Amino acid sequence: MLALPEDFKAFLHETGEIFRFVLRFVQEGFRPRYEVAEFVRQCFMIGYKSLPLVALTAFIIGLVLTMQLRPTMVKYGVEVQIPAMVGVAIVREIGPILTALIFAGKIGSSIGAELGSMKVTEQIDAMEVSGTNPFKYLVVTRTLAAMLMLPILVILADAIALYGSYLGVNLYEPLTFKLFFKKVFDNLAYIDVVPAFVKTFFFGFAVGIIGSYKGYYSQKGTEGVGLSANSSVVVSSVLIFIIDLIAVQIADLFQ
Amino acid sequence: MGEPVIKIEGLCKSFGTNHVLDHFDISLFRGENLVVLGKSGSGKSVLIKCIIGLITPEHGKIHVLGKNILTLNQTALDYIRVKVAFLFQSNALYDSMTVRENLEFPLRRHSIQLSTEDANGMVMEALQNVGLEHTVDMMPSELSGGMRKRIALARTLILRPEIILYDEPTTGLDPITSLEIISLINQIQEKYQTSSMIISHDMKCVKLVANRIAMLVDGKCYAVGTYNELSNSNDEKIRQFFND
Repeated sequence: MLALPEDFKAFLHETGEIFRFVLRFVQEGFRPRYEVAEFVRQCFMIGYKSLPLVALTAFIIGLVLTMQLRPTMVKYGVEVQIPAMVGVAIVREIGPILTALIFAGKIGSSIGAELGSMKVTEQIDAMEVSGTNPFKYLVVTRTLAAMLMLPILVILADAIALYGSYLGVNLYEPLTFKLFFKKVFDNLAYIDVVPAFVKTFFFGFAVGIIGSYKGYYSQKGTEGVGLSANSSVVVSSVLIFIIDLIAVQIADLFQ
Repeated sequence: MGEPVIKIEGLCKSFGTNHVLDHFDISLFRGENLVVLGKSGSGKSVLIKCIIGLITPEHGKIHVLGKNILTLNQTALDYIRVKVAFLFQSNALYDSMTVRENLEFPLRRHSIQLSTEDANGMVMEALQNVGLEHTVDMMPSELSGGMRKRIALARTLILRPEIILYDEPTTGLDPITSLEIISLINQIQEKYQTSSMIISHDMKCVKLVANRIAMLVDGKCYAVGTYNELSNSNDEKIRQFFND
């Protein structure tokens, strides 16, 4: 019988473990006691503290995208369509995916490193001995906070990127704020906005659950903590693209 | 000897083919300091992690305050954990919290109705016991190794446990700080009449704190006795621990 390569076996094993971790998240998430205070604290840590980085990158992307598009649009005499085109690109794809990837880099690594460090210094065991369910207190709160905060960050990032685009358009020719956004929204339909918004919950879930999984099962030692942080970013980034691919296929069914 | 507060019978735990605990039996009696002595990697830490429910053994019974913890549900186990404190070898202080928050954490989890003033009073009393009231608003990273150990000890005391499990309390400390921690362990036993199980291979610590010593060799309780009894033994496996 043909033997499976060891790497592939390890991949299948880890996939199974992640699936079990997700099932445990669902079970623990609905069962009291609810860690409301820690959830609110995590929303602040995950959402508010990511805002400056997300805002800066969104602004730059909106501006740069407009400046890069302009020569081609001018060549074909359709520069008047820049707001509509940028609007669709940002709302449907660039805003969600870019924000999710930055979120994975900042929050996924942070969750992986924090939980990994807590694991190797026995803080998770100390929590359990203190009568606290560490899975609920650490994993459920962080994952739910990531699921809630990422969609909000994406909405803000979309708005800021569009403002960057508005400034980019005005570098070359004057266009009022009102007219710019009228052109953006006239060209957007529900089918552009709703799937793009819904998929961000799944992006947030992927970042939260993978960061938590990698940290919670971190190997002993500081090297393990580094690996947890690193692999949290890599795996959640790949998952974000896979979820995006699936979301596009599903959205296309409703076109 | 008083009544047993911990009674372990036929405890077995393996990791793969490594039989760390192999039908281990021991009792901890009320008010005594029992030291479990064994070589590094002999399974001492596994033993006390089984007692507190952090590791599940394959076979055996662990009666803590009359209840077999291996048959308890989570709520009942948490209730037992209020009465059994655990001092981790690495201290396990929450490094994102201040000393006050570290001490309040178990209080808040177990005593939801506690007022802020009561919680503050209990935190300060626990810190007074270890002589570190001034560190209340400091972060663990600002403390020395010995201070961190004492804060961890204060955290174990805050729920007024009946039993304290110490996992190598003097490992990694300088000789002077080790003596301070040993002194604290003895003071706590006198003041609160706690029963303690202390995991150690530090013979100075063993000599100063042990009322009885249990030797863990090859996964079994090889010998039990006082320091004098075991140090005068002719058995080669026992003698190797007491040779200077």
